[in-house]
Amino acid sequence: MSLHIEIEKGGRKTLIVRLAGELDHHTSEIVKAKMEEALEREGSIHVILSMKDLTFMDSSGLGVILGRYKQITGMGGKMVVCDIHPSVHRLFEMSGLYKIVSVQDNERQAVSSLEVVS
Amino acid sequence: MMMAGSNFMKLSFASRSENEAFARVAVASFASQLDPDMNELTDIKTVVSEAVTNSIIHGYNNRSDCTVTITARIEDETLYLTVEDQGEGIADPEQARQPLFTSKPELERSGMGFTIMENFMDRVEIETEIGKGTMVRMTKRIESKKALYN
Repeated sequence: MSLHIEIEKGGRKTLIVRLAGELDHHTSEIVKAKMEEALEREGSIHVILSMKDLTFMDSSGLGVILGRYKQITGMGGKMVVCDIHPSVHRLFEMSGLYKIVSVQDNERQAVSSLEVVS
Repeated sequence: MMMAGSNFMKLSFASRSENEAFARVAVASFASQLDPDMNELTDIKTVVSEAVTNSIIHGYNNRSDCTVTITARIEDETLYLTVEDQGEGIADPEQARQPLFTSKPELERSGMGFTIMENFMDRVEIETEIGKGTMVRMTKRIESKKALYN
């Protein structure tokens, strides 16, 4: 029941963050620390959250996503989510997250959607 | 009060965040006797995660040496759940239920815990007393099994 996080550059100002496993209170601290560190190190302002193998998320996960959303939109960046697992989709729908972040089917589409804006 | 013929379980564990995953998987395994579909199972795992996280963060202020207790009971097609702590208690439970409300804004909480519980379960009740603790009672009727036979 752990979480795997993989971060790579997806463009000059874009980070691709791949999450797999389960995102809850316990694992959200790691995600927060790793994303903050990578954003600072790479000077990125856009984030693509790629979540194909993220099978569980609760409100603590929403908290860390909303925290990074505020952080990057404060710098003029955008957040895109893609490859959402059905169980996480229900949570995003219920919580209204889809109203603020942009959604793409996969990473490639997410990257090209950001190339248009930056 | 356990009624004759109903199945039940009780689980007590340390108030450590790594036990959140354990708790939701244990309850989901117990609830699987009702043959829930994937969505129902996810709902159950999510609400257990929410209630246990609340006990750890809010009830016990992140102290890891306290106890969280879960009971689950199955009767007919319904799952009855309680999640209990002997922590701080909630000063204003109605306020705690409001979407986006959090008593700890500095911690990046989404404030959606109780809203999620209310959306994913049929009934959510909070019993709480300052200095004594909190018990959240939830029930959910598993519909998928019924649909299969109709």
